[in-house]
Amino acid sequence: MRLRARFVAGLSATALLLAGCASGGSSDGGSEGSASDGAASQDVCESAEGDGPKIGLAYDVGGVGDFSFNDSAYAGLTQAVKELDATCAEAEAGAGESDADREQRLRDLADAGYTAIVGVGFVYSVAVYNVAPEYPDTYFGIIDGFNPTKSQKDLPNVANIGFAANEGSFLVGAAAALTTKTDHVGFLGGVDGPLIQAFEAGYVAGVEEVNPDIEIDSQYLSQDDPVKGFENPAGGKTAATGMYDNGADVVYHAAGKSGLGLFDAVEAAGKGNWAIGVDSDQYLTADPAQQPFILTSMIKRVDTGVFEFAKGVDEGQPPSGYVTYDLASGGVDYATSGDFLSAEIISQIDDYKQQIIDGTIKVPAETTS
Amino acid sequence: MTALRRGVLALAAPVLAFVVAAVVTSVVLLGTGDSPAEFWQVLLTVPAGRNIVNMVNFAAILYLSGLAAAIGFRMNLFNIGVEGQYRVATFAGALFAGQAFLPGALNTVASVLVAMAAGAAWAGIAGVLRVTRGVSEVISTIMLNAIALSLVAYLLRRVGNRIGQTIETDEIPSNAWVPGFSLVPGETAELYGLALLAVVAGVGFAVVLNRTRFGFELRATGYSESAAIASGVDVKRMVLYSMLLSGAVAGLIGMPELFGASHAYGSTIQTGIGFTGIAVALLGRNTPLGIAVGALIFAYLAQQASPLGITAGISPEIILVTQGVVVLSVVIAYEVVSRYRSRLEQSAVAAALEAERRHEEVAA
Repeated sequence: MRLRARFVAGLSATALLLAGCASGGSSDGGSEGSASDGAASQDVCESAEGDGPKIGLAYDVGGVGDFSFNDSAYAGLTQAVKELDATCAEAEAGAGESDADREQRLRDLADAGYTAIVGVGFVYSVAVYNVAPEYPDTYFGIIDGFNPTKSQKDLPNVANIGFAANEGSFLVGAAAALTTKTDHVGFLGGVDGPLIQAFEAGYVAGVEEVNPDIEIDSQYLSQDDPVKGFENPAGGKTAATGMYDNGADVVYHAAGKSGLGLFDAVEAAGKGNWAIGVDSDQYLTADPAQQPFILTSMIKRVDTGVFEFAKGVDEGQPPSGYVTYDLASGGVDYATSGDFLSAEIISQIDDYKQQIIDGTIKVPAETTS
Repeated sequence: MTALRRGVLALAAPVLAFVVAAVVTSVVLLGTGDSPAEFWQVLLTVPAGRNIVNMVNFAAILYLSGLAAAIGFRMNLFNIGVEGQYRVATFAGALFAGQAFLPGALNTVASVLVAMAAGAAWAGIAGVLRVTRGVSEVISTIMLNAIALSLVAYLLRRVGNRIGQTIETDEIPSNAWVPGFSLVPGETAELYGLALLAVVAGVGFAVVLNRTRFGFELRATGYSESAAIASGVDVKRMVLYSMLLSGAVAGLIGMPELFGASHAYGSTIQTGIGFTGIAVALLGRNTPLGIAVGALIFAYLAQQASPLGITAGISPEIILVTQGVVVLSVVIAYEVVSRYRSRLEQSAVAAALEAERRHEEVAA
């Protein structure tokens, strides 16, 4: 009997663990926030019947509903449906995928007849470069992508759509430095890796350009786990609350859906504290109670990247190699929604913006540590 | 009981479990407003050659993970740390192989051994804690998972090279790669060469478990620790050894992919396999063949779910519900069937006794 009891206890422990895994996984695409958006996104692709490009969008973990990176890609898709008469399909990733799984998703899309396929997120780089040679008449774009091959030879049907996130982050860094009353600001990153470090590096450079004496707290939510990094509003809230408690009064995030936790934290911290959004203009999608706290957002025009890629394919001039969207081309920018930035601060930021475009200010893309 | 009835009963539990899982999944789909018909249509499509290859590859990896978990489970030792052991081991193996200390195939063999040793060492920490300090292995392995992930990520940044947006260890020289082989004729996708490790490990597990003293002591400890002690089994030693063995097998999980496809440990390594392995072991009731079936089922479901979003507009995450329900209902179904079976046995024995008594009465 004791044995049975122990066995059952063990089983239930394991079952709990599994339940934990499952719920962790389902929050990727199935949380309430995304449910309505998911339905809406199906509508765009379900109701789209044009003779324009056939676009396949393959999301990374998170998918539509992060009010940030993935939603921005979705906005580009919506624009393509409207303006190019495109038809489309979307596929989302599960947690803990291998490159083989991602290749499978791309092949599914290509086999289903989609000719302009966008992998939303750099994790698709290896998979796209493996799959693309098999489908010479299908065009692949990778947001934040890179060429993972040793030869570094470009494929004619692959475009790496990159963004100078460091330049945009510089501007919101300047905005943070010009706004802080405590001379103390924060940065909240998702997964600690080269991609997000570019945001941090630009932000830090922007803050220090204004006032090198400002203290900057930097924290990443995970070393390597995208679910913990980008899918973790609770963790984001804890980390951000710590920063506000520690004296920071402006915090910028580059953490996807985890950033929603930052907005909860700033609301709780109360007046005089600010949050800075990322990728999309997050003031526009925020809860009305949180809007008064969203100082600005670093806008990364993933939507433009997706739209222009589809347009290029449609016009028979598909982009290939590296395509970079920077400040000069309007691919990154900062938002002024909410009018929290004074005219004086805006003119200062615009001044920096001009200097970056001119090349007088060189924004680092890597952290110094 | 007749052989026929025995066979029907043996099949009853898994069949029952799948019926329950199918019903629950369909109800969930109805609840979220999706069409169960479309779901089953996608799921039951006959997979193409390429998908079959992917399925078998993934099943081999899951099998190793399930086996690692099962070794502990067989003696009531809950090694929840397979994920951490797999990450530490794969990193160590990749790091060693990338340095190319040895030529060609020697490098491959040595690296696999390094990975096994690293996995065993990491699991061994929990084993030592359990044996010397009585720390529950469930708690310590969960903690060690968290430590493993951070440690590997930290070390990767120390020694890795930046490739685009990722960080990877030095690439393994091509003479140490293990070529794949064709599984489905005319299909370019190949089975990982080291997927065969799953077969080797499975046969090894079966032999050790059923044909050696170690296996006997392992099972005996699992059935009853006090009885095992009474019959002279050194339980502490068994705990330590089986943790080491479990960790060593966990070290194999990453090898097929490492030497067959990625050729380096990168920050985009597949996560979560160690946890899925626990479910696979449960589904397979910790037997070598059962785990193989469990791994194939999980791999089939994962692979078939992939086009759900594209063709049916259903989130592929639903498959996690199916997998979870399968595991739970298998456990319940086996319990139900085994109770039914023992009742049958009881009534059979009672009937036999009754017949004997009557016989005696007649004789008297």
